[in-house]
Amino acid sequence: MATWRSNGLAVAAFFLLCGLPAWGQTPIPSNTCVDCHSALDAPLQVTQDQYAQDIHAQKGLACSACHGGDPTKADPDAMSKSAGFRGKVERKQIPALCGKCHSDGAYMRQYNPSLRTDQLAQYQTSIHGKRLAKGDTNVAVCTDCHGVHGIRAIKDTRSSVHPTNVAQTCARCHADAAHMKPYSIPTNQFAEYSASVHHEALAVRGDLSAPTCTTCHGNHGAAPPGVANVQNVCANCHVFQAQLFEGSPHKAAFAAAGLPGCVSCHRNHRVTRPSDQMLGTGVSAVCTNCHASGDAGYAVAGKLAESIGKLHVAADRSEEILDRAESSGMEVSQARSDQEQARDALTKARVSIHSLNADRVQQDIDVGMKTSQKTYAAGEQALKDRDYRRYGLGISVATILLVVIALGLFIRQIEGK
Amino acid sequence: MRLLNHIKNWLDERFGWAELTAPLRHKSVPLHRQSYWYFLGGITLFLFMIQVGTGILLLLYYRPSANEAFESVQYIMTQVQFGWLIRSIHSWSANLMILTAFAHMFSVLFLKAYRKPRELTWVTGMLLLFLLLGFGFSGYLLPWNALAFFATKVGTDITGQLPLVGKKMMIFLRGGEEVTGATLTRFFGFHVAVLPGITTLLLALHVAFIQKFGISVPPKVEAQWKEHPEQARHMKFLPNFLLRELMAWYLALGTLGALAALAPWGLGTKADPFASAPAGIRPEWYFMFMFQTLKLIPARLGFIDGELVGVLFFGAAAAVWLLLPFLDRGKGGLRQHWVSGLGVLALGYMTAMTIYGYLAK
Repeated sequence: MATWRSNGLAVAAFFLLCGLPAWGQTPIPSNTCVDCHSALDAPLQVTQDQYAQDIHAQKGLACSACHGGDPTKADPDAMSKSAGFRGKVERKQIPALCGKCHSDGAYMRQYNPSLRTDQLAQYQTSIHGKRLAKGDTNVAVCTDCHGVHGIRAIKDTRSSVHPTNVAQTCARCHADAAHMKPYSIPTNQFAEYSASVHHEALAVRGDLSAPTCTTCHGNHGAAPPGVANVQNVCANCHVFQAQLFEGSPHKAAFAAAGLPGCVSCHRNHRVTRPSDQMLGTGVSAVCTNCHASGDAGYAVAGKLAESIGKLHVAADRSEEILDRAESSGMEVSQARSDQEQARDALTKARVSIHSLNADRVQQDIDVGMKTSQKTYAAGEQALKDRDYRRYGLGISVATILLVVIALGLFIRQIEGK
Repeated sequence: MRLLNHIKNWLDERFGWAELTAPLRHKSVPLHRQSYWYFLGGITLFLFMIQVGTGILLLLYYRPSANEAFESVQYIMTQVQFGWLIRSIHSWSANLMILTAFAHMFSVLFLKAYRKPRELTWVTGMLLLFLLLGFGFSGYLLPWNALAFFATKVGTDITGQLPLVGKKMMIFLRGGEEVTGATLTRFFGFHVAVLPGITTLLLALHVAFIQKFGISVPPKVEAQWKEHPEQARHMKFLPNFLLRELMAWYLALGTLGALAALAPWGLGTKADPFASAPAGIRPEWYFMFMFQTLKLIPARLGFIDGELVGVLFFGAAAAVWLLLPFLDRGKGGLRQHWVSGLGVLALGYMTAMTIYGYLAK
């Protein structure tokens, strides 16, 4: 028993010692900078926790990597000029300082071979980078988005640049009216985006492929896409819609009027879920923003809305009758499966709308209408079958009861003898 | 009538028909206040015959493979003339048959009809009940829908919990490590060949034993009749009891037709082995009390796996139930009533756990 216990303790001690540094991480050596700075007040404070969570510290890079000095020595030797101490890094120097390592492919490869090394070059093409080069230190530099001490990897959900946190990070400056005042740009982007279908997909449904600020504006090379390029930006995800728009009469008309592609109808930051009401000549229709009664586009808009509406009604009608048949216990799974094709045709027609070609849209509508008619007929047949079964049941039950009564009478007759 | 007599005489001349059917003609059924319980066995037999008939008809169109099973049942339900009726009756009749079989078993238990000399009648009856559960378990998977697929997965997993032979039994049932098309083919084989073969044999034995020992009279009535022989009353099996049984069969047929027409048995969605398990997986109602019990047992009971304890408990309970006539040797006093007490306890437990299983989320 004693041997077992001592072996157990040895194993536990071994695992405890092995487990101290997290797997895959370089052990963080003690650091005299943090020893002192953890006791200081902001902005000089760097807590032990911040330091432990920092991706650089985890990879074995100490404070001296950015600030110089020698964290293995005690103050004042640690912060002496002879130890190469540089102190606080000026804002305008930050991109270059980060770029010293992050632009060095050979250096970065040892930590993460798949990490891009063009961040600094991208930054220099961004509005932020260009303004910084002109001496505007009010613009965002690396640390404004990624943090200073306690920088986390992007995949860490607590990182300020994790996809779910990017919008809030951008909003720290872009929703601040005082901060944005010198640039005369709106500050409602975050509020608008928060009401969008993109935000809903990302924040509510947790779909990390849904767009956030950097998806359309770029991250390190952040800049507005520009009127002519909007369509290209949206096309990264909405491929078919962009292709159809490219061949549509809207392409040239928008360019001539100086209107940005997709966002003219769908808005930019507040992209809401598109509805059939956006199409046509009704009060909610976006077509009437440019087209007026009497012009050709107005007529096409009306025709397209009518076709889509007809298929919508037909699909709803089929689903309603299939619901009724199903709730009566009828087997309509094949018709249900076919009905999905009608819904697909409706979705396809809604995409085809971007071509502004009524004939092309009609082709999709026809497929959907044909399928909906077939499924409606299947629903009707199922209800007829249900009634037929109930009618048959009535006759069968009556017959059975008659036989039971006859048997009863027969038993009485033979037992009465 | 003359033709019938002619046929009878023809058969009598060659096979001794009158002699062959004499036991039936002389058979009688005791008549007392609890006589109506005697109908349950016959109704179960009738439902079994319905199962055989509808099962054979389903075989004409059913295809036992993972790729075709669901579609073939869908075809039966939608395209085959009266296919919906046959399939719905098969499913409803299966459930009613298990219900009447359980009712028959409990009636025999409470009326103490298992006593000497009818021990083997009880044993064959219990084996038939287990076989019916086997029919239910194997038949549930055959439409290859999502709910049945995952319920079979859970059910066969439970078998795998048995010590020593569990894993091997699970692989034997599944035809591999997982529930796949091989399991479906295997269950089909059990459902239409292995189980019907054994059931027919046991059914013949069960009926032969009933014929041999006659119909049991409850102890109280037996004692009363012994004391006052003039009070003993009987009914002729042919035709009086059989005609009454026929009435019950017709009513069962009407019930089946009504259920099939008003609440056709659903098909659900096709099983997708790569999809995650749907919410609300549950076995058929007759396995619910066991399923719910296993859910309630903690994962570990001391150093033993909780589920294993549950499986062993139900295994032991089934063995006790099977051998009940040999354990009930009580004559007089408390010992006479322990089987009835156990029966009430089991019935209460099964009912309560089944209701709890359906109400619990």
